[in-house]
Amino acid sequence: MTTFPKDSILVLIETTPSGELARSAAGLLGAAARVGTPVALLVGESATAAAASEAAGAIGAKHVLTADPEGGASQLAVPVVDALAAAAALVHPDAILLSNSVNGRDVAGRFAARTRSALAVDAVGISRDEEGIVAHHSVYGGAYSVDCAPTFGAPVITVREGSIDDRAEAASPETTALDVPPSGVPAASIQSFEAQAVVSNRPELRGAAKVVAGGRGLTSQEQFALVDQLADVLGAAVGASRAAVDAGWVPNSYQVGQTGISVSPQLYVALGVSGAIQHRAGMQTAKTIVAINKDPDAPIFEIADFGVVGDLFDVVPQLIASLSARKE
Amino acid sequence: MKIVVLMKEVPDTYGERKLNLETGLADRGASDAVLDEIGERALELALSRAASIDNAEITVVSMAPETATTTLRKALAMGADRLVHIADVNLVGADLGLTAEVLAAAIRRTGFDLVIAGNLSTDGYGGVLPAMIAELLGVPYASALASVDIAGDRISGTRETDGGVMTVAAALPAVISITERFPAGRFPNFKGIMAAKKKPVETLTAADLDIDPEALDTPRSIMLAVSERPARAAGTKIVDEGDAGEKLAEFLIQNRLA
Repeated sequence: MTTFPKDSILVLIETTPSGELARSAAGLLGAAARVGTPVALLVGESATAAAASEAAGAIGAKHVLTADPEGGASQLAVPVVDALAAAAALVHPDAILLSNSVNGRDVAGRFAARTRSALAVDAVGISRDEEGIVAHHSVYGGAYSVDCAPTFGAPVITVREGSIDDRAEAASPETTALDVPPSGVPAASIQSFEAQAVVSNRPELRGAAKVVAGGRGLTSQEQFALVDQLADVLGAAVGASRAAVDAGWVPNSYQVGQTGISVSPQLYVALGVSGAIQHRAGMQTAKTIVAINKDPDAPIFEIADFGVVGDLFDVVPQLIASLSARKE
Repeated sequence: MKIVVLMKEVPDTYGERKLNLETGLADRGASDAVLDEIGERALELALSRAASIDNAEITVVSMAPETATTTLRKALAMGADRLVHIADVNLVGADLGLTAEVLAAAIRRTGFDLVIAGNLSTDGYGGVLPAMIAELLGVPYASALASVDIAGDRISGTRETDGGVMTVAAALPAVISITERFPAGRFPNFKGIMAAKKKPVETLTAADLDIDPEALDTPRSIMLAVSERPARAAGTKIVDEGDAGEKLAEFLIQNRLA
């Protein structure tokens, strides 16, 4: 039987509906490698394929556990929690890491409650001190930093996507298939799933290095295309304020802010975004913030490194032309 | 049908929110306290469906300091039938695990067919309590719902996740959480405010729920350090004189951002 290193960190890796590893996987394994030996758990029918284990190894998993629990494709969270419980019982890890996604939180919550483990959510960093694993958090929209640790036992930690820059070295993992006894805990059932089509080859908003976001100032869905154009010139992801989402110009998956996605890119360009406190809570940890707004008193200017008071329909086309000219 | 709505008092997001740098706890004096908006949406869902549900009884359950009673009474003024308020100084600073145990015990004591919660609070931003409570209650959990149908002994709805939209269903009793897709809570009217004064409010302590907040046999998450980030200062601000696009391009290139 495989024995696992004493400093094992168990990482639940989510897979996409098509069987690929989720984008959050590399950051989770990177964080795990920093404080111990990454042991990846892959759950689902496609996860049992050799290719999945290899892919996990390529981004740093030293060991891979695979599980295909009963009801895995038809029930919410519970089968994955059962698999995670079986994996934790086998590995005895120093910590358990999951993505702070909707599914990751559901699994983390149930698992922590079931095993009475200390739970830390939305961590932006992980470290180890002499007593164990410490989770670092950024709270109230980045205004405070807070460090947390369990009184004892292995903590369960969800990690904010895109917050970890560390990447683990590639490994050739040993793969173990897990036997998962079903817990019998009642779960909600999945009736159908409709994948949202990927519309472009732009970077994904979550974890993007550059973000261009549009707000009410864009005035219409047609005009919002200006945001897309600037994003493509900069190689940036596209985001939006709640006003633009509520107006129906872009899907809600574009929303940056307190509700919606929190981003910490190198560059955040806010076009026609007033900078309501809820929006700022989702982006004010960006390294550099640029804002263009007609209203000289827009709160976004209070946090902008470079602010332009002006009509974005004049400024942005000129910016695009200027950047394109210099690239040639 | 017994509907429990989980609500929370939070610092007003529109104001300044502070942590006490010595205790690491929210500085409740630093800003106005309000009902969390997402919890109001959860209550609004219950209120708007109550008419079409047999014998709907809506109970708001909240764990909050004693001082939160005034804030929580707004839920009664909006139309909830009763309030169960867990207020206990020994629960100040409770971590997620302890909070989940307390709320699950209060919900079990109250009795429930459906528990409705917001998907993420605007202060803690945890988004895990409904899942923890569902596990402790041993019932299904349908999370992050953007729409919901409540019919007889069953709920169904759509769930927005990364990469797509799911249709999910669960037999009652169950826990659900809802997203911002749901309409905002109603404003209490004068009649509601007057009626609220007569509605039952039950105040409980951890001991009433047979929970020992100081028990050492369960691991708890504790805060080791808290620090305030320096406030972000405004940088250059220019007014467009016809060349702002070029100046901005210059700025981006100089800072290696383009």
